Amino acid sequence: MASVVDRVTGLPVPAAAEAPARDAAAVANSRSIALPAVGERELRLDLFRGLALWLIFIDHLPPSLLTWLTIRNYGFSDATEIFIFISGYTAAFVYGRALLESGFIVATARILRRAWQIYVAHVFLFTIFLAEISYVATSFENPLYSEEMGIMDFLKQPDVTIVQALLLRFRPVNMDVLPLYIVLMLSLPLILVLMRWRADVTLALSVLLYAVTWEYDLSFSAYPNGVWMFNPLAWQLLFVFGAWCALGGAQRMSRILSSNITLWVCIVYLIAAFFVTLTWYVPQLGHVLPRWIEQWMYPIDKTDLDVLRFAHFLALAAITVRFLPRHWPGLKSPWLKPMILCGQHSLEIFCLGVFLAFAGHFILAEGAGGAALHALISICGIVIMSCVAWLISWYKHSADKSAKKGARGNADLAGGG
Amino acid sequence: MRSGLILGLALLACVAVAPVARAEEAETCQVPASLLSTESSLPKVADAVRSGRPLEILVVGSRSSTIPGSQDAAYPARLQAALKDKLPGATVNVSVEIVPKQTAEEAAGGFVKLLEAKRPTLVVWQTGTVDAMRSTDPDDFRAAVGNGVTALQNAGADVVLMNLQYSPRTETMISGSPYLDNIRAVAQEHDIPLFDRFSIMRQWSEQGDFDLYSAVHGTDLAKRVHDCIGRALSGFIFDAAHLGPAQQN
Repeated sequence: MASVVDRVTGLPVPAAAEAPARDAAAVANSRSIALPAVGERELRLDLFRGLALWLIFIDHLPPSLLTWLTIRNYGFSDATEIFIFISGYTAAFVYGRALLESGFIVATARILRRAWQIYVAHVFLFTIFLAEISYVATSFENPLYSEEMGIMDFLKQPDVTIVQALLLRFRPVNMDVLPLYIVLMLSLPLILVLMRWRADVTLALSVLLYAVTWEYDLSFSAYPNGVWMFNPLAWQLLFVFGAWCALGGAQRMSRILSSNITLWVCIVYLIAAFFVTLTWYVPQLGHVLPRWIEQWMYPIDKTDLDVLRFAHFLALAAITVRFLPRHWPGLKSPWLKPMILCGQHSLEIFCLGVFLAFAGHFILAEGAGGAALHALISICGIVIMSCVAWLISWYKHSADKSAKKGARGNADLAGGG
Repeated sequence: MRSGLILGLALLACVAVAPVARAEEAETCQVPASLLSTESSLPKVADAVRSGRPLEILVVGSRSSTIPGSQDAAYPARLQAALKDKLPGATVNVSVEIVPKQTAEEAAGGFVKLLEAKRPTLVVWQTGTVDAMRSTDPDDFRAAVGNGVTALQNAGADVVLMNLQYSPRTETMISGSPYLDNIRAVAQEHDIPLFDRFSIMRQWSEQGDFDLYSAVHGTDLAKRVHDCIGRALSGFIFDAAHLGPAQQN
């Protein structure tokens, strides 16, 4: 089994042989969490995280025909929800195991190392961003946009701006996901310890924090003003829910998930959401929607993870889990391989995607746009992401082979690194 | 049918503008009918025109409602010219209230006083850019726009909301979408017309009418874009107030 997974995913399954004994003991005396058997890499998770990365990349480019393929045009939630949920799931899976096997200190150290990697990646992307806009600020002038060019004013005081960026308070457009991820990772040790104690209580606490955040309008402040685009106090709900599912919650929910009532509720909700989304693009339809629904529903807040968005994600996830079984043969088809590979190295590929989106903007600006060029850039970006993911896989695989199954952690499962 | 009307009006406007401006300044800048149609109406504008009262329009906005040093070529002035062509015999006055770097909340705070002084029939409120640049909390922004619209309506004016410019060069720096969405939501909620400047300019960019990516030092491009915005806006107001040819006489 392990060897099959090994070959398919190109990733090591460390300590698979000696694990079961310790595992059994650990699971037996660990109260409320259950980990799936070692080595069963959930290809569905990789697949959908890869998909989320592709969609995030497309959403970061200026709108084009391809943008119409992204899910945010068909409902409330978008790729960010998928990304954060799966990140919570895989992080809990990997570091939850580390917690049971090696204890709190070691697990925390590994989590902090991971958070540090994400931080460095964020700073690297910020540097690229700074280079890009410094170029635009010095070379672009157009009286039509004299107002918009005021956004460059922060370049006049780089001392403050750069320090604020290092503090994660100054964040350019499209660079909001990694700071959120960093904060969530930093809270992961606490989440895991609580989960080990009582998983359901932890989830309830998370819901409580979410509710308090909404009630009292809590947020993380940003520089020079405003708040974090993704409020970690609200988005933690999705992350913790992912962790809860990974640590046995999904199994406990399986009866609900397989019920027909759930299925129909989900379908009806998705259709209703689709219709509401349609009214955004066809304003003439807006008048069909009763006023009281509009007043109750809007705004559908992304910053604080609106409950409608969360429900939309749940509905999508429930339907996906139902109709895409874990052992669906298609998961091994070469056509889905690029997407799965991207999902397996999510941090690297996410950063690459943000960089490629910057580069794409730049090429479009210099090349004077055009729909064909635009489509070409989107497709090239996805091809580049897939190739790099393959390269990373290949490298890790061969590096691990020569290391002869050393005691390396399987942090890969949490997104590669 | 409606697109035919707009096309006709646009042609009419071209013909009317041509003697004054140079021929090549009359851009094609077509706008698809879907971007210029609205289900919401402007009853007070319609009343004023039918009863022969002067049509007082006030444009409230930030710096993207003007061209530095060429106020007369900015879209409010072009709107006045285009409306005068469309409504021969009617008195049309377009005045502007432009405060650079003013957020929606700050603008809305001054509406009561402003409207006491001016008493316009219609207020075109251009907003969102400053808030997007300062990344105001989108909820606060939405509340501010909602309050502003209510204040304008209570003062007895029709309201048209105008959103951000399409600015491809600053797209990686200014996140416009939450503000675009919220302006749209407020327009829907208050049942007022939204002039979707963002989508219209993007359409022009995609059609190749204007190269909005280019770095230019002169104001020529800005003037041509504003001329097109003024004309599109006049058609939009004309349509929302149901001032079709039948009602004109």
